[in-house]
Parts: sequence; structure tokens; C-alpha cells
Amino acid sequence: MIEVQGLTKKYGELVAVRDLTFKVETGRIWGLLGPNAAGKTTTMRILTGYLPATAGRATVAGFDVFNEPDAVKKSIGYLPEVVPLYLDMTVSGYLGFVAEIKQVPAAKRKAAIARAVESAGLKDVSRRLIKNISRGFKQRVGIAQAMIHDPKVLVLDEPTIGLDPAQIREIRELIKGLRGEHTILLSTHILPEVTQVCDGVVIINEGRLMASGSLEDLAASFERKDGVILKLRRAGAEEAALFKGIPGVDRVSAEGNELRIEWGRGRDLHDDVARLALDRGLGLREMRSVASIEDLYMKIVSGGLEQ
Amino acid sequence: MRNIWSLMKKEIGAYFSSPIAYVVISGFLLLVGYFFYSLVSWFNAQAMQMAQNPYYAQHININEMVFSPLFHNMSIILILVAPLLTMRLLAEEKKSGTDELLYTSPLSVGQIILGKYFAALVMLAAMLGLTALLSIFAFAFGNPEIAPWLTGYLGLFLMGATFIAIGLFFSSLTDNQIVAAFLTFVTLLLLLVLNWVASSGSGTWQSVLSYLSLSQHFEDMTRGILDTKDVVYYLSFSSFGLFLAHSVIQSRRWR
Repeated sequence: MIEVQGLTKKYGELVAVRDLTFKVETGRIWGLLGPNAAGKTTTMRILTGYLPATAGRATVAGFDVFNEPDAVKKSIGYLPEVVPLYLDMTVSGYLGFVAEIKQVPAAKRKAAIARAVESAGLKDVSRRLIKNISRGFKQRVGIAQAMIHDPKVLVLDEPTIGLDPAQIREIRELIKGLRGEHTILLSTHILPEVTQVCDGVVIINEGRLMASGSLEDLAASFERKDGVILKLRRAGAEEAALFKGIPGVDRVSAEGNELRIEWGRGRDLHDDVARLALDRGLGLREMRSVASIEDLYMKIVSGGLEQ
Repeated sequence: MRNIWSLMKKEIGAYFSSPIAYVVISGFLLLVGYFFYSLVSWFNAQAMQMAQNPYYAQHININEMVFSPLFHNMSIILILVAPLLTMRLLAEEKKSGTDELLYTSPLSVGQIILGKYFAALVMLAAMLGLTALLSIFAFAFGNPEIAPWLTGYLGLFLMGATFIAIGLFFSSLTDNQIVAAFLTFVTLLLLLVLNWVASSGSGTWQSVLSYLSLSQHFEDMTRGILDTKDVVYYLSFSSFGLFLAHSVIQSRRWR
């Protein structure tokens, strides 16, 4: 649905995006992940036709971004990093205006506004002025605006930035609810957003592609080990030795009251580890997977990994 | 066409949902009303005196003595008002980031500019239309000729339309509304008084400057002379302003 090939964007001397190539399949939610100033916004602006690329090709919904900009603009809904709101308008007035300029036919406009208000959860505020609603609602208006013309593709630039944790969760649920009907590309610099919402990820840093693919594939290709982290009442050498005794476990390391237990990919020792902890009464507080994508991302961002 | 209409509606709504429209219109009406009142009372005093002398009595002319100077005064007030109408049109979109919505919608830059231009023209027409109500008194109690009055208003509208096109251009240059308004004001004032320099120059230089001057072309219209040359001047000047605004936005996006 979205295909980017050799995309490059220069602002004078500064290269914001360098030879970027990736692909997002229909109906999936893909994350564009990278630290600040990695080129995420630039990439999205090129896809949505706001900026022209210096070199390379991009197609959205089968239309070329440079040669058929109007067709692309009709099939994309875009939430820019700064939500483009007219503060003196009411929520429904604003959505009506966006529906008009996105060329929703007059007969369908009312239904389109009602649908966007409904799915973005804006019912209670639809008659209020945008300047008087909370930050979280403004973000929702931004998302409603992006989907008003029922586009095939949604491009969301940092949809949860600046929100409080409850609002972040709401927006993520909202985005997850759109899966299937829409192909979504969302940018973020927070990894948990990707692991919680997305099916796949494109990781970029300093304008360069570092990795891309579905989450499982990436985990598999970059991490040959699987494992868990156990939080116990006490985690010392003694406890570590106990877990080392489980057949198949390669490595156990202790840090604070946490034990990191690793084994070769392909095995599933979760039950064995948990049973041991319970049988011995080690005071199990928490058990979580070794987040391999997190490790990967940290390596990429800190510059420890090329391609 | 539908797109231009959508944008125009939005802009007119924006004028009236902020204090801009109310403040600007009422201020404009107050000033014009004052000028009209003082011109009429001056005219009355003059007419009393002149009527006593049969030779001067023939020269009493309400069009020349009230409307022509009134139109000139209004054109000066428009120089102050036009920048206020145009400053936010493009600058504010840029500052608030809403330009990203417009430029990623299936709209052309030309449609965006025209929609905004027409919205400002509607404001101008509304302001001029309201001042025309004052003239009802002159028509009710006097006998002005209608033709010079009409061409005078046409002249004001064309001139105002040119001011707005120039203002739109300056609004496209910056995201700061005050900068946009001030540059518009300076440019309009300079263009209006270009013929002052022209009067002391000579040859081609003089005719070029006086042709470019905004006020020169207005002069005849306040007297009831409608010359296509003047109409063409204002229309081409307006188109030039809009063209510049279009180029600025287009080039900004390609940089």
C-alpha cells in the first residue's frame, strides 16, 4: 500500500533522509521509529505531498506521490506533528471544512462527519470551540480529521506526543481499532508504542534505514536468544545457580533483585522457569520477556549497529 | 470552483469569529462617517455663500465638493485597513501549522490563494456597501449625479482589491502577521505617492512613475470618468500580487 524506494531529501547541505526504502502492506499498522531528528517527519511529509523529495520514488495506494499528487492526497489521511486546527471553529464545523476540502461529496458529508466524531470519541465536544477542549481531545480531532474522507492510508506523525498516560492509552486503542480498514503508518520515538500498537516497524536513524520488517521477523533475525527476566524477593548467585540447573538454559545473570535467564531460540522454557520459582518459594514479583526489539533499538540509536 | 468556495466560506467565518471583522468594520464606518459629516457641513456653508452670487452658484456641485474628496479620504483609510484584512490570511496558517492540512489536501495553491482573496474582497465589499448607506442622505436631500458616484465606488473597490492582492503577497512571505501588515502598509503608501516624485521628474521616467501610482488612476474615477486603461491597471496589478503570492508559496514548498 505504501512503497518507498531510494527516497532522499536534502535541505540545502543537510541530508534529512538518505536513500530510504521500505514497504507497508495493506491493512497493517506500521511504525516509523527513530530518535528525534531521524527524518520521520520529513519522510511523512514527502509521502503526503507536503514536500517534494530530492530523489527517489514513493507510491501510496498505487499512485505515484510526485506524478499523481491529487490522487495520493485523496487516498491519504494525514495527522501532522503539529495538529492543524483552527482554534476558532467548533469541532464539527472544522470537520465539515476538512470534509469539503478533502472532496467528500456534499450528500455524504454529514454521514462522514458523524462517523469520524463517533469513532474518534468526540460526541461530547462536537459543538464546542476547538480552543476550549483539552489536549487529548484536540489530538482526537486531529485523528478524526485524518479519517474524515475514509482514506485507504493513514499517516500519523507522533499521534500520542504530549498526552498524559491515560490519553495515550485511549489514542493507542483508537488507532488499534482502525486496523484492517486502513493501512496505517505512524511515527514515534518511543519503542513501547511500536510493540503495543504496530505489526511491523521501520527503524531509521539520521535519515538512514536501520531495519524494517514485522516485529516477529526482526526479533528473530537480530536475536538468537529467547528468555525472561524474573523479579524475585532476592536475586543473588544462589538463585542464579538454581535456574542454571534447568536443562536448556544457557546463561543466567543477576542484577539487583532481577534475574535474566536466556536460552536458545526455538525452545520454550517459560513454564519450567516459573515452576521452579514457585516451587522454591522465591517470592516471584514479575516475569517478563527479554525485549529483544528494545535491545536492538537501543543499539541502533546509540550507534552501535549499522544496518 | 467548489474548493475556492469552501476556503472562502472558512475565511469569512474566521473574520467574524474573531474580533477582526467587527473592529475593522466599525472603525472604518466611524472614520468615513466623520469625514462625510464634516464634508457635508462644509459644503452647506459653502453653498450658502455661493448661492448669493449667481456666477458662483453654477459651480455648486455636490459630487465634486463632497463625494470626490470623500472617496479620496476613503482610499487613504483603506490603506490602513487593507493590511489588517490581509495580514493573517497566509501568515497565520503557516504559524499555526494549518498550512500542512491545506497543502496535503487535494487543493491547488491557486485555489487556496483565490479562496482567501475572494473572502477579503467580500469583507471589502461589505465595508464599502455599508458606507454607501450614508450617501442615501445626500441623494434624499440633494441631487448628486449617480454616474460619478458609481464610478467612484467602483474605483474604491478596484483599488481596495489591489491593496488586498498586495497584502496577500506580503502575508505569504512571513509567518508574522505584524511584519506582513507593516510591509503592506509601507508598500501601499509608497505606491500611492509615487506620482509626487513623478511630478518633479521628466520624460519616460515621469510617465512610468505616474502610471504606476495607485492614486493617479483613481483620480478620474472619482469624477465619473471610466477609462478601461484604469480598470486594466487595477486588474493587472491585482493579478500580479496574486501571482507573486502563488510563486512564493510554490517555491517555499519546493525548497
